[in-house]
Amino acid sequence: MKILVCICPVPDTTTKVAFSDNNTHFSTQGVTFIINPYDEWYALVRALELKESGAATDVHLVTVGKADAEPVIRKALALGGDEAIRIDADSNDTYAVAAQIAEYAKTVGYDLVLLGKESIDYNNGSVSAMVAELLDMNYLGFAAKIEIAGTTATVTREIEGGEETDTCSLPLAISCQKGVAEARIPNMRGIMAARTKPLKVVPAAAIDALTTIVGYELPPAKTGVKMIAADNMDELVNLLHTEAKVI
Amino acid sequence: MSVLVLVEHTQGVFKKKSLEAIQYAANIAGSTGTTVTAVATGNVGDDAMQALGAYGAQKVLHTTDARLDNFNSRAYTKVMITAAQKEGAKVIVGLHDTVGKSVSPRVAARLKAGLVAGAVSYPDLSKGFVVKKNVFSGKAFAFVNVTSDIKVITLMPNTYPVVKGEGTSTVEKLDVAFEDKDFSIQVKEVAKASGSVPLSEAELVVSGGRGMKGPENWYVLEDLAKELGAATACSRPVADSHWRPHGEHVGQTGGTIRPNLYIAVGISGAIQHLAGVNGSKTIVVINKDPEAPFFKAADYGVLGDAMEIVPRLTEAVKKFKANH
Repeated sequence: MKILVCICPVPDTTTKVAFSDNNTHFSTQGVTFIINPYDEWYALVRALELKESGAATDVHLVTVGKADAEPVIRKALALGGDEAIRIDADSNDTYAVAAQIAEYAKTVGYDLVLLGKESIDYNNGSVSAMVAELLDMNYLGFAAKIEIAGTTATVTREIEGGEETDTCSLPLAISCQKGVAEARIPNMRGIMAARTKPLKVVPAAAIDALTTIVGYELPPAKTGVKMIAADNMDELVNLLHTEAKVI
Repeated sequence: MSVLVLVEHTQGVFKKKSLEAIQYAANIAGSTGTTVTAVATGNVGDDAMQALGAYGAQKVLHTTDARLDNFNSRAYTKVMITAAQKEGAKVIVGLHDTVGKSVSPRVAARLKAGLVAGAVSYPDLSKGFVVKKNVFSGKAFAFVNVTSDIKVITLMPNTYPVVKGEGTSTVEKLDVAFEDKDFSIQVKEVAKASGSVPLSEAELVVSGGRGMKGPENWYVLEDLAKELGAATACSRPVADSHWRPHGEHVGQTGGTIRPNLYIAVGISGAIQHLAGVNGSKTIVVINKDPEAPFFKAADYGVLGDAMEIVPRLTEAVKKFKANH
């Protein structure tokens, strides 16, 4: 069984977001890029576990991006994985990213595609289902548990108002969230090994972006907190009713 | 031409967020000179579907197949594609929830349509088709211009208040040519959460952090939530310590919510937590640490011990409800 894990580089969670060029570009100055936590903690680690248990034969990592994405994919390789692929394309439209991944995936033929439930930068959470559609695969979103026996996957996932456990034959695409695996810390051996693992650069397929970000905006700053005396909760309730009008 | 919208129901009762999605679609239809067609699946009565007219749906396409009762992105995608082709839809609206996030990207990929996931505004048609959405987990907004002929949007629930108007929808049957492979996922077990108000849809949320000291103290928050009719949420350390189920975790690596009222108790307000909740219309912070950064992001603050203040607040709410 061959697994493809999609890796998205994202700004570190503590990043103070700022924009440049009249709020049209995300300012990457001083920003540290990390592996998208959902991709790393859950999708990648689960893929590695499946290889360690013998259920999977190959674990490939793919990212869509220019050369500046390479340090992040090397970090991912330090955790494990047999090879990495960087598709040399811009990653600024969900459809374009999904289509690049799907084009590449078709050339190899994967049984399982694992992704995080969303990236913490653009929060679309859409690449996973799009890849499934473009590869004509079944898709299970928001998985909290993944077991593979032979060519059958058993997946527990979040649904509206609860949880559901499903079984499905491979091939299959799954988006992962908390519960699927426990985060790992790369060790020195992994970091050394990652330096010599193959990192293939694949030219971009001819795919047009269908959306463009034309500007950014920061949320309005709060005007200042109104402190209420701890023994006057009637006042708080009154303000929530008459001033904030939320109750 | 029409604006298509996928609507969800629970045992025949349409969800509030789906009414919001219809209303959102109706606004787009109004500004583009077209009409709204809602797509409903499964066991739901004609009365309930006709009543969607009051929120702006001229027509409801209804497809029934017992196999659709369990949500499955492949089959639902086929329903939406069939409906989109029948109606010549140029805009397709879904919700930014587990259903919409699974179906809308598939529909978009199939139709080669640009997608805005998690919209928080109507499209601005003066500069193309520009929709505002949350990015960086609530730390900022982006304005996304969709340049393809067909556009797909998932709407963040609780973006616009739902206002009931007048009107009745016509209901038509939608025939979908399903194949066996559309239903090749077998459902083994379904566990519905027992909580009264689903967090993503809640207008009022009571949330607790490490300052609550332990899960045994959560009853004060649950009492308050019950009195308010609110959902409960928590910060990451609380979910990581298994004090609360991880479905309640809000923040950058948990859920993003935008209720009308967010009451944060014993949560210091790390940047990652704020990211998930700063779309809330009003924020109340209760904390015993005057230096807690959350106070800077709050509308109302109360300094002191949660175990004393929260029961007092619950009593005040009770009193308020008795008088209103």
